[in-house]
Amino acid sequence: MAIYLIVALDVLNGISSLFLLCLGLAIIFGMMKIINLAHGEFIMLGAYATVISANAGVNIWIAMLVVAPLFVGLVGLVIERCLIRFLYGRLVDSMLATWGLSLLIIGIVTTIYGNTQQGVPTPLGGFSIGSYQSSYYTLFLAGMAVVMMAVVYGVMSYTRFGLIARATMQNPAMAATLGVNPARVYMSTFAVGAAITGLAGGLLAPVSGITPGMGGAYVAKAFMTVVGGGAAILSGTMSAASLFGAVNQVGAFFTTPVYGEVLVFTAAIVLIRLLPQGISGRFFKGNL
Amino acid sequence: MTFSRRRFLQRSAIATTTLIAAPAVFRSGAFGAENPIVVGSLHDQSGPIAASGTPMVYALQLAVDEINAGGGLLGRPLKVIHYDTQSNIQMYSQFAQQLAVKDKVDVVHGGITSASREAVRPTFDRFKVLYFYNVLYEGGVCDRNTFCTGTTPAQTVEKLVPSAMKKAGKKAYIIAADYNYGQITAKWMTKYVKDNGGEVLATDFFPLDVTNFGTTISKIQAAKPDLILSALVGGNHTAFYRQWTSAGMKGKIPIASTTFGLVNEPTTLDAAESDSILGAYGYFEELTTPASKSFVEKIKKAHPDSPYVSELAACTYEGVMLWAAGVKKAASIDRMKVIAALEDGIAFDGPSGKVTLDKPTHHTTRNAFLAEVKDRKWSVLESYSDVKPADTASVCDLVKNPNDTKQYIINL
Repeated sequence: MAIYLIVALDVLNGISSLFLLCLGLAIIFGMMKIINLAHGEFIMLGAYATVISANAGVNIWIAMLVVAPLFVGLVGLVIERCLIRFLYGRLVDSMLATWGLSLLIIGIVTTIYGNTQQGVPTPLGGFSIGSYQSSYYTLFLAGMAVVMMAVVYGVMSYTRFGLIARATMQNPAMAATLGVNPARVYMSTFAVGAAITGLAGGLLAPVSGITPGMGGAYVAKAFMTVVGGGAAILSGTMSAASLFGAVNQVGAFFTTPVYGEVLVFTAAIVLIRLLPQGISGRFFKGNL
Repeated sequence: MTFSRRRFLQRSAIATTTLIAAPAVFRSGAFGAENPIVVGSLHDQSGPIAASGTPMVYALQLAVDEINAGGGLLGRPLKVIHYDTQSNIQMYSQFAQQLAVKDKVDVVHGGITSASREAVRPTFDRFKVLYFYNVLYEGGVCDRNTFCTGTTPAQTVEKLVPSAMKKAGKKAYIIAADYNYGQITAKWMTKYVKDNGGEVLATDFFPLDVTNFGTTISKIQAAKPDLILSALVGGNHTAFYRQWTSAGMKGKIPIASTTFGLVNEPTTLDAAESDSILGAYGYFEELTTPASKSFVEKIKKAHPDSPYVSELAACTYEGVMLWAAGVKKAASIDRMKVIAALEDGIAFDGPSGKVTLDKPTHHTTRNAFLAEVKDRKWSVLESYSDVKPADTASVCDLVKNPNDTKQYIINL
């Protein structure tokens, strides 16, 4: 019995970390149609911000929940002003530019901090179910995923900013004639997407190996999930994260981690073949 | 001045001839003046493997500087031509060609991953350039042109597994990286567990970009082993030790590893996450012999921010010194003469102790050490002297088959 609970926790862990990793990308890619190949590096910057401030004496929770999103949000703002704003509507160019950007960020971080970085220990500790051990941090990650989902949903549905942002993404010309400045909306949306990605990096910092190249391990899965989710940023990303996260963890538990990975990619191929518009293109049409 | 067609042709001809001849004239002049022996170096100083490659370059430079300070070899100074291979196999192939064809080096030290070694080894065979591979690896390379100075599983895993089993118990769970090093090392681990009367409950492989080890940790708990044997590799995989500790498993099941701490894991992880992990290598920075202390001191003095000085750096230093001893003995830089000299019982007392080249395998007989992580440093528990490369010796005999150039997969 206990083992099923533990596996359920693993699945929950897989889903919530995947969702957190993808949410920022869903906003940047799903809403703005910018293919941000530097997404993994935003995660890495969030992790570095957390680790460096925590090792400098900042409380670990503040480092994760405040420093990381603020820092990466600011970086996102600068990048939007200097680079991304010239690339709206130019899908292929944005790919090339953000790929270059990702190499640049890796290079800068390596130059400053070298190839290795001391991590931070995981806060909270473990608990036991029967004879099995699991970590409170897993539950915390799941809680954070729920909180982020609620926050994004609340902001998008009930605030003026959310309404304007959605309107601008749907039809910038129409929004502009109604007195909205689309450039400003794009700028803040990109910064918010970056900040959420930074938060994900900060949250994962205590449970990952931290190197300048760490983003590479996340970027492919994040894109797969966002594309698999389709146009609806919340319901789409959540459903795709649930599907892929569960397939990966259950697959890894019952077979081997290698097949766990293989199964995820197979699932993604089948999904895109059956639902070319992503999950939300079929099931949550018109949802957020 | 009129500019006739004839004059134009004349001038062009002169200019062209000068241009074409210039490199030959300048080059022979330059070589004539100094005539150094050229040592090629192929190491990753950027990309994911940089933390391994950087101290190796420092060690190579240190060895060359010391040889030069002692008057060089055969009265000629040594010159290093180094290329940063950027953790990229394509760069290895490209720079290997360049070292062999353009730079015409007399020896090459380098290669870190087994994949990089197999990318450059055929090139050096083809262009007849002597090659030293100074890294611990899975064993089995059998090539008269190549010398492998690092440890192989029979030298380290053979010591690690029984000591860990004595401490922990007979049932082991193996976790390893999913490429040739991890796969082959897992086989060796299985063999030594069985040889020592134990049992392997399961073996799991992980692609290098796996970051979430939650299910593995659950599976390990379900299998209830006495001991975990790890050959996980790279930054992403250090997440395992973190997640293991955060699940509260630290201290419940001991871990022994063939890769942990080779680069920088003890310093990047928290003390609580890494304490009491066992490892076995051909060298540890913490060895207290005078040779080891002065080696580490020299590297840290020249490069205060050097990453951990591991077996990789020590073997590189010893590799260059062994080669130098071979050149001295051969009294020539001719490749075949140097190989013959190196095969003739060349030994060097390096930071890890006495290292002897083994004629039939072109590997080394060297000391091995068992250590445990304590407070983010290795604490050396035991040392084993003059351990032979028995694994490679079981498949490779270059005395009988001098034309062999294969890497054997050792069947277990």
